Amino acid sequence: MKRGLEGPPPEERPTPAGRRNKQGIRIDPEVEATHEPRRTVISALVEHEPGVLSDVSGLFSRRQFNIESLTVGPTEDEDRARITIVVEEPDPGIDQVEKQLRKLVPVIAVRELEPDAMRRELALVKVAAADPAAVSAVADMYDATAVDSSPETATFEITGSRQKIEAAVETFSQFGIREISRTGTTALARGTDRTAAPETTAQPADEATHNETYQTADDD
Amino acid sequence: MSERAAKVPPAEEEQDDDPITDSAAPDAVAETDDAETTTDPVTSGAEAVVRALENAGVEYAFGVQGGAIMPVYDALYDSDIYHVTMAHEQGAAHAADAYGIVSGEPGVCLATSGPGATNLVTGIADADMDSDPMLALTGQVPTEFVGNDAFQETDTTGVTTPVTKDNTFASDSDRVGSDVSEAFALAREGRPGPTLVDLPKDVTNGETDREPDAPTVPDTYQVQERAESDLVAAAAERIENASRPVMLLGGGVIKGEATDACREFAIEHEIPVITTMPGIGAFPEDHELSLEMAGMHGTGYANMAITHCDTLLGIGTRFDDRLTGGIETFAPDAEVIHVDIDPAEISKNIYADYPLVGDAETVVEQLAAAVDESPEATKWRAQCQQWQSDYSMAYDAPEDKPVQPEFVVEALDEATGDRAIVTTGVGQHQMWACQYWTYTEPRTWVSSHGLGAMGYGLPSAIGARLAADDDQEVVCIDGDGSFLMTLQGLSVAVREDLDITVAVLNNEYIGMVRQWQDAFFDGRHSASDYGWMPEFDKLAEAFGAEGFRIDDYDDVADTIDAAIAYDGPSVIDVHIDPDANVYPMVPSGGDNGQFALAEEQL
Repeated sequence: MKRGLEGPPPEERPTPAGRRNKQGIRIDPEVEATHEPRRTVISALVEHEPGVLSDVSGLFSRRQFNIESLTVGPTEDEDRARITIVVEEPDPGIDQVEKQLRKLVPVIAVRELEPDAMRRELALVKVAAADPAAVSAVADMYDATAVDSSPETATFEITGSRQKIEAAVETFSQFGIREISRTGTTALARGTDRTAAPETTAQPADEATHNETYQTADDD
Repeated sequence: MSERAAKVPPAEEEQDDDPITDSAAPDAVAETDDAETTTDPVTSGAEAVVRALENAGVEYAFGVQGGAIMPVYDALYDSDIYHVTMAHEQGAAHAADAYGIVSGEPGVCLATSGPGATNLVTGIADADMDSDPMLALTGQVPTEFVGNDAFQETDTTGVTTPVTKDNTFASDSDRVGSDVSEAFALAREGRPGPTLVDLPKDVTNGETDREPDAPTVPDTYQVQERAESDLVAAAAERIENASRPVMLLGGGVIKGEATDACREFAIEHEIPVITTMPGIGAFPEDHELSLEMAGMHGTGYANMAITHCDTLLGIGTRFDDRLTGGIETFAPDAEVIHVDIDPAEISKNIYADYPLVGDAETVVEQLAAAVDESPEATKWRAQCQQWQSDYSMAYDAPEDKPVQPEFVVEALDEATGDRAIVTTGVGQHQMWACQYWTYTEPRTWVSSHGLGAMGYGLPSAIGARLAADDDQEVVCIDGDGSFLMTLQGLSVAVREDLDITVAVLNNEYIGMVRQWQDAFFDGRHSASDYGWMPEFDKLAEAFGAEGFRIDDYDDVADTIDAAIAYDGPSVIDVHIDPDANVYPMVPSGGDNGQFALAEEQL
């Protein structure tokens, strides 16, 4: 008994000329366009209640979004907290991050910040203090504040952009770094621009047409 | 054990003037003028939970008792809500899920803490994947024990976060009723889905006189109903100018009650219609514009049409990989108009050239108003008809071979009415049930689509039976492997005297796995060949159901008629051809247009 159904086999069927890329976008087969990942800051205003942080971090791991840092803290409104996430994704991925965050019920507002947004990170750097004068000179270069010192160690607080902290850490490394702890980036939009504020109207439908391309986020 | 005090006698005046309770508690007023609808004020968290369900109009609940949920069950004892005691919590979740699919209202399931809650998880995950409205209530150890690894303690909200639309750990007897109301509303509003409220025993046992708020969603949950008008206008123009248009109707069409609007639109503009698997029933499959289901085991003609269309109007679909096959070859010439109530589905898998966020019915009506001229697609429709004859679903059924499964599905369809409800497990039998039953009405196809949970069939038939009208037959087309996973549910069907017919397409294999092993693993039947199965007809009799058996073509029609006619649960053990395979087939990640019609084409 013959198994299966009748009909023209695959090789006798017409095939369309077009193709889509991995992100489901139709492409010209001649010039295959790919979306490169870029680093950007997403800010989310959330209800200040138990479980929100785990909802958000669970979402990122479950959907395989690449995140570099995630910080959370209270805001001017005691019922609300702000979560700041640095992600590295192609444009469609950044779009998905924002939309999936918005679906979480305790999330009030989500926004990708402009490249000129203020971003700051704090680091505590504990170094060997064999040469206090040299250590202190490096600290001055990066506006680092001494927080603690002992006969063997000196600990500094450095605040600034990610690049500044990385540069400081690299320079401090000549003395021998004992331990580092960093907070991850927190950020606010500049001037009267609201960072992530509750919407007054419903979400516009055209936000899915991710046409505008931001520059790669430069830290200030 | 519950230490809750005896009930406060009725007719005590409400002293609480709190406006929150007043607005949500019409009972206090009703009490004075209508003795029939008198409801006692709540006295405990558990009573507030049950009151929230009653206020939401819940008629049925499915569950299993246990230590931490006992206070809620004690409150349920006095309620008009009909509780169906299931044999296993997985069955409770599937029954509630199916109840939600058929009725459109959230199905409610209950379980105790720990194993009760974890047994629900498969059913919750199923509802999440298929966006079915469902509310799960789980008992939890008393708050002071939470985190101590107490007896039957599981971090239920933690475990279910990835598979619920939203979940809540109830922390206050005064709030717990409103937590349940809100969870009920969230399960139903916007894109439906499962919600869960975890109920620590001290919270349900705790005293409260707080009536639950009405079921409303929180302010942070906003749903866009109407699509942007300029995008609708652009999409309408694209439809008018299409030369190879198709409509792709997903499960969202049925959930959004958009079936009539979609049918009118398709017929008015003569656009061929394809459905996804959850979209089955959104368009009558006996209509000349119907190409039936596309995807991995979709019809050849649907897969040809979706591959070659130039305009794809996808409504209420999430472009699942079983539908799209490889993304690169999915509808590669089509401009996509995507209608969905969930903005996160837009351009998630397939880029939407025209993203129309909104309620399916509302947006289709917007489109209907905006499209002035039908597309000129006479040639395209003729092409689709040609494909229908080129890739006919006709199958061989030689008399000297064992019964073919397709024949059995057709016979069941023949023996039942147009509005009969079909539930299934997962596997080959499920695909034959898709392909060879002719669906014409929404909410008559009940299956585990996204999760693919074997064992879904019988418990979902129980839930579907209670949601269905009396004149609708409920038929569970199951596989032997799937049936074996949840057949303890027969005890429930018999106890509740539910008129359902289970047809087990028995090939003594995990048939779909066996088919894939033949195609992709050199026929090595590792752990797929049962080689032996219990006699399901006799097993059914032992449960108190009516048992039947089919071995030959001659038995098929009469046995099915007798089983359907039996007023109560019946099981037909149908011994089908163990070598039967499901075709057409697009292998995982394959090109829909290159579907195989037989194994050698894979």
